[in-house]
Amino acid sequence: MTMNSENNNKDPRHLRRILAIWLPLAAVGDLLFWFLVGPHVPPGDLTSTASSNQFDFNILFVIALPVMIGVWVFLGYSIRTWSAKRVGVAEPKGGSAARSNLRAQVWWITLTTVIVLFLAGFGTVELVIGNGSGGGEGPNPAWAPTGATAAELASATWSPTDNHVLPVQVIGQQWQFTYRYPTFGGFESSQLILPAGTDIEFNVTSLDVIHSFWAYQLSVKADANPGVNNIAYTKTTKTGNFTVRCSELCGIWHGAMYNYGKVVSKSAFESWATSTEAANAANTANLAPYAFTYTPDANGAAGGYYEDGTVTPYSTVEVYGAKQPAS
Amino acid sequence: MTLTAERLDDHSGDVATPPTPAKNSERLPRSGWLSQHLGTAIVGFIVGYFVGHWLGNYIGSSYAYIANSGTNAIADTLGLALGVLGWFAGIGALNYPLAKLVGRSAPHDFKEVDDWSKYFRYTTDHKVVGKQYVVGVLLFLFTGGLLAMAIRTELLSPVTHVFGPGTYITIVSEHGTIMMMMATSIIVGPLGNYFVPLMIGSRRMAYPQIEAFSFWCFTAGYLVIFSALIYGGFPTGWTGYAPLQTQAGAGMVSYLLGFAVIGLGMMSAGFNLAATIINYRAPGMTWSRVPIFVWAILATSALLTLATPTLFAAGLFGLLDKTAQTAFYVTEHGGSSYLWQNLFWFFGHPEVYIMALPGFGLVAEIMPVFCRKPLFAYKVAAAGMVGVALLSFFVWQHHLFQSGINPDMRPLFMLTTELISIPTGFIYLVGMGTLYKAKIRFEIPMLFALALFFNFLIGGVTGVFLSDVPVDVTVHGGFFVLSHFHYTIMGGLLFAFMAGLYYWMPKMTGKMLNKRIGKWHFWTMFIFFNLTFFPMFIIGLLGQPRRVFEYAHNLQGLNDFSSISAFLLGGSFLIFVWNLLWSLWISPEKAPPNPWESLGLEWQTATPIPLHNFERIPVILTDPYHYSEEGAPDVADFGDQQLVSSSSTAAGDTSSSN
Repeated sequence: MTMNSENNNKDPRHLRRILAIWLPLAAVGDLLFWFLVGPHVPPGDLTSTASSNQFDFNILFVIALPVMIGVWVFLGYSIRTWSAKRVGVAEPKGGSAARSNLRAQVWWITLTTVIVLFLAGFGTVELVIGNGSGGGEGPNPAWAPTGATAAELASATWSPTDNHVLPVQVIGQQWQFTYRYPTFGGFESSQLILPAGTDIEFNVTSLDVIHSFWAYQLSVKADANPGVNNIAYTKTTKTGNFTVRCSELCGIWHGAMYNYGKVVSKSAFESWATSTEAANAANTANLAPYAFTYTPDANGAAGGYYEDGTVTPYSTVEVYGAKQPAS
Repeated sequence: MTLTAERLDDHSGDVATPPTPAKNSERLPRSGWLSQHLGTAIVGFIVGYFVGHWLGNYIGSSYAYIANSGTNAIADTLGLALGVLGWFAGIGALNYPLAKLVGRSAPHDFKEVDDWSKYFRYTTDHKVVGKQYVVGVLLFLFTGGLLAMAIRTELLSPVTHVFGPGTYITIVSEHGTIMMMMATSIIVGPLGNYFVPLMIGSRRMAYPQIEAFSFWCFTAGYLVIFSALIYGGFPTGWTGYAPLQTQAGAGMVSYLLGFAVIGLGMMSAGFNLAATIINYRAPGMTWSRVPIFVWAILATSALLTLATPTLFAAGLFGLLDKTAQTAFYVTEHGGSSYLWQNLFWFFGHPEVYIMALPGFGLVAEIMPVFCRKPLFAYKVAAAGMVGVALLSFFVWQHHLFQSGINPDMRPLFMLTTELISIPTGFIYLVGMGTLYKAKIRFEIPMLFALALFFNFLIGGVTGVFLSDVPVDVTVHGGFFVLSHFHYTIMGGLLFAFMAGLYYWMPKMTGKMLNKRIGKWHFWTMFIFFNLTFFPMFIIGLLGQPRRVFEYAHNLQGLNDFSSISAFLLGGSFLIFVWNLLWSLWISPEKAPPNPWESLGLEWQTATPIPLHNFERIPVILTDPYHYSEEGAPDVADFGDQQLVSSSSTAAGDTSSSN
């Protein structure tokens, strides 16, 4: 936008005019966004990753908006000022001055490079200090909260007072998510309940195809791959409800693969977890022992997950080759 | 101007001489319906399909797992593969290579059937192939568009289902795949094949046989991907992720083989165009004089040639998994579900720029014509396209930010992804610099070109949000990214295609497209495109994943708004079709030889263009952007004393503005 105009005395200073239109628009646009829209930008502030996701989005937006307004103002100004229909519009001048302009080119390239490098650096910092920012980091996370190494979690316990990281396993299968809590005897639940004010480690895996665990308001998204433990971190900050949706196409009922979760107080969580552990004890005994991944059976489906042998895993009815549960 | 000078000598030996058919020994092709054409190709496809299917059943009959499962992927694969082979045999694609293989002189080497039936034949004239491609890509486009209407119909309600979930996911998958296949070729195929030789002063493409082959691959790919509907569809979307792919039924074979066949066409088209541009430029057409559209096609060709083999191989691995029980993508047998994702996106991200660069090039090419000014920063534009092409190979893992692979590589891929917006931004520098102090003629092509700058800005800037790993956690895999790539591909590429079609149709057909209907077409398409897709950014941010048939109730208002706009957007394409019918058949208006007063070499040939384009290879004297320049050099020397003068279109009046 800093194109060098070869002004002669009759010619208005187009770039200054454009700048004069752009500056107030960009300033007002940014301020309106930052103060009016910004605080309400999804995914909210239920967790640390949600807050930083919102913050990052807003930073990107206040940088992007002036750029977009700048281009639009330039386009609009050009269309209005240099239309051939306009009476008295000057004949354009060809020649080398119209073919390139070193100052304009250097300015443009420098400006875009600076913005881009700043954004990459900013994103990296946010990613690293945000413990992976809620994205799935695979089995060997590069960034993790303290106390979340595999060795520490293997012997982990969790109570409302000890500030430990809470590991929760997310198991995706066609077409539902279930959750196991290894620190509470490895019981499995179709409900995702989390304590507030706690670092959470999600261990995401799948029994069949690739799903993606997207806890929208928690700002956590991690693909569920069969045979892979995909780890994602977040820290809950307050109580509230959230939605879990599958975010990777996983077959015909992908659109119906969602449920709801809750962040509750630490004590409420503990009482829910201990009571569910006790109530589910008989079922838990029949489950495969808690593991990071579960091996499917010879049919290529996760039949091996049911150890008791009384469950007939699959019927012969095929829809897209996926065999439906018999029941 | 006329190009009928009886001069047969060339300026140099390295350009093709139009061969004079040998009178006696030449085996002329049979004319009329006895010869090879679309009809025999269809027969060949059907015969090949049944032979292959029978063969597959014969092979598969001895395997228990096939008998038990009730489906035989071998039969489906061989049926379609031999069907495609039959298609090539039927159209006559194999005549030339087979004749050469056994040492005979090639049948109908250059002798072409020259009546209207040539449009249904395997022809080596790049202008006929270009027109065939126009029809081909429109067929893809309208099929995919109808499927899009069906998707938006289903999404009118968060709970009521017009289609069953199986039908819905098939519609979504077919829409995505058909549109992606279309978009790889929509500019390169029709406009690239037609105009690149004209713009570089060549009489032909480097490999005319392969050019025809690429088109008939494209059409065979349409049949194959469409056969998925007969097979019951496939549930994976256009991305085809394994293991869902491995689990899916026969329709998946159509997807994998369809991409392989289309991929073959893309590779052929790519290296043919690259070879043409590198070797067949007229004398004097130095790299700094090559039109910017040709630069874009060259960069795209490099991507087509280098990236597509990955897709081809990935598709074959998938077919082997389904037929020969290999385990490339089966985790529990030593394969990896990440392998498909990596291979697919290693192709898939260069693919994104295969779809963007021709649009940039086309718009940069026509802006000087309607601005009456030289292209601003030509070298930056060319460098930007080459830079985008190079960088596009280093960004593919941003599609896998949450997939669970190597987290420590994420900052690198975030950096490369954001870096690519620098050369992409060059196109804005070029566009804005060209507009500056111009005298803009708002013809239909220019309207579409300006719309690209508006749309692609939104598409490009939202790409920066997606490249930021923390923000990507929310926007990945949702309607935000969906809207983002529709803004880049539809808002960019498709608008550029329309600009190109309106711009070059007078050259291709000798008829002007109606301006009044064209304005209706443009404004409805531009407005309803934005009204359809802009709400999807918000829908995505509010948590709606892609490819779902159920969504949160509070999003119904936005979804309905988007759906109704989408139907009206569909209506704008009807206006476009009406314009084609009106301007080409109902009430044709003869186009002047150079309606836009362009300096481009392609406008200096006769209309209709002679079979070998130029009676005499022109000598290029300068680049075609010397608009409004006093004493500008002539563009080219055609050797017939009728120099194409820049000064004839240069401005005489240089009085300053108000």
